[in-house]
Amino acid sequence: MKEPNDIIIRSVAKVAVVIIFTFAINLFISGHHYPGGGFIGGLAFASAVILLFLTFDIETVRKNIPLDFKMVAAIGVLIAVLTGLGSLLFDVPFLSQAFGYFYLPIFGKTELATAVLFDIGVALAVIGTALTIIMSIGDDR
Amino acid sequence: MNNIVIFPIIIPVIFGMIMIIFRKRLKLQRYLSLISMAAVGIVTVYLMLQVKSEGIQTLHLGGWVAPFGVTMVVDMLAALLITTTSIVAFCCLLYAFRTIGTERENFYFYPLFLFLITGVIGSFMTGDVFNLFVCFEVMLVASYVLISLGGTKIQLRESIKYILINILSSFLFLVAIAFLYAMTGTLNFAHLSLRVAEVGQDGLMTTVAILFLIVFSLKAGLFLFFWLPGAYSAPPTAISAIFAALLTKVGIYAIVRMFTLVFYHEPEVTHLFIGILAAITMVLGAVGAVAFWDIKRILTYNVIVGVGFILAGVASFTTVGMTGALYYLIHDMIVKALIFLLGGTVIYLTGTSNLRDLSGLIRLHPQLGWMFFIAALSLSGIPPLSGFLGKLFISEGTFEAGYFWLGAIGLFTSLMVLYSIMKVFMNAFWGYTVIKEEEEQGTTAGLLLPIGILTALTIALGIGTQAIHEYVDLAVEVLMNPSFYIEAVLGLNPKP
Repeated sequence: MKEPNDIIIRSVAKVAVVIIFTFAINLFISGHHYPGGGFIGGLAFASAVILLFLTFDIETVRKNIPLDFKMVAAIGVLIAVLTGLGSLLFDVPFLSQAFGYFYLPIFGKTELATAVLFDIGVALAVIGTALTIIMSIGDDR
Repeated sequence: MNNIVIFPIIIPVIFGMIMIIFRKRLKLQRYLSLISMAAVGIVTVYLMLQVKSEGIQTLHLGGWVAPFGVTMVVDMLAALLITTTSIVAFCCLLYAFRTIGTERENFYFYPLFLFLITGVIGSFMTGDVFNLFVCFEVMLVASYVLISLGGTKIQLRESIKYILINILSSFLFLVAIAFLYAMTGTLNFAHLSLRVAEVGQDGLMTTVAILFLIVFSLKAGLFLFFWLPGAYSAPPTAISAIFAALLTKVGIYAIVRMFTLVFYHEPEVTHLFIGILAAITMVLGAVGAVAFWDIKRILTYNVIVGVGFILAGVASFTTVGMTGALYYLIHDMIVKALIFLLGGTVIYLTGTSNLRDLSGLIRLHPQLGWMFFIAALSLSGIPPLSGFLGKLFISEGTFEAGYFWLGAIGLFTSLMVLYSIMKVFMNAFWGYTVIKEEEEQGTTAGLLLPIGILTALTIALGIGTQAIHEYVDLAVEVLMNPSFYIEAVLGLNPKP
């Protein structure tokens, strides 16, 4: 554990991390029509976790987020590839996308696109890769 | 549109990712890696039959048609190379099970191996220059890790050189792509071919072509091979065998594709240049192979001679020469993996790679000795083994094109190759047996199976050439007539 004299960064980080997470999710969702998307959303998400690494130490964060990030990256790539394979069921070229408008209870008329599923894979892959890189160069072991 | 086209690429990706998730289950990983390579082989053979009956198969990813989207193209050349790749990879995996060691297996050896194969297969299938770059990078990044995996001193030293040289060549590759895009406004192979034919291949275009040639030469080990002997002798046998069998071949494939499909208008400049480089490569490689007394060095220099020889066929730019180059390319993938596995086994058994310390192994390992003998003959192109036809056609092609010096150098260096590899055979297997069976570092149990498969294949390819004759002819037909490829990709009027 670090010495408790970094009270400012701790207080700021606790608030900022939530804001960055929200922003990352916003970036991710807006990415279908506006600037954003899985890649940049994933990077913003990873940057929040990296801020946690800086503020607290790696051990503490690991205890609270007990994920193997290499596995997160692998699962992300798998999701991306498998959603691409989904287009085989409809006999259209690999990675084809489809979208439609649906009426959902709270959101009203909503556009749902299969590209978002692919993007989730991309986001997970980016998060996993970025955090694996940071953790391997930041770890002293 | 044919969705099966994508499978040879994504099968290894999916299996590799599953393996990362099940990192601790080594046995599962071994089975999965074998299954994935077998699946790739089966799918590709199926594709090959489709290509034969229906013409070149293409897939525009996501429905975005060429030249705007990402296109995957399987013509006969790609199908033949991918099939060979899967067989060679299968055998190298079988060999790796016994020799690679749990430590490397624990650190993602099998996923990395599959990603390497993904990059190689992707390079063979991609329909545009930029994705060729991407697939090269996939392959290279996997190879960076594989070459340094294990972290012995020699591996780290060689991997630094290997990474630096490849980063430089990747940079040059990007520069060349940027030039090409600025001049033609497209990167799709078929579209490029059309555009270059329209505006003509002037001096500037030829310069860009030479820049591409330099980039691919660095990867293929054509003339610019100074990094190759060190890098290929550093990693363990299974890895260096797959490197020797596949990585240089991807560079050769890229040269073949570029200089038959896009930059074929000035053969007296570009193809002659390839020919000159090939001649120098053959001579230097053969000198290296003859000079050294270290098994690994001799074998890696033989890789270089092979590269030069295949490109001599490409340089002739005649139907016969291309046929020869293709036969020899397939032969070389198999036999280089075979000879590396054999050499690696000798080193594994005796613990030394110095020929002067070896003697009389054939008394203890008759099968190994005889298979080495067959591989050595095949490597130097003795009939009826698989190297013969390729050698014959390449020589014929160079003579037909009027490059008598090139053909002569090719034949002369074949003799040097024969000498160098016979030197290994005679020193390692003949003579007084100096090593006792109980003194050996390991056993050949399980190692002879992959070696046996590859040996059987080189014999079968030599005797049963008739079986693949049709397919090779189809591949060469497409290479010599770019219009087939263009029509298939741009959908003008699909023909074989």
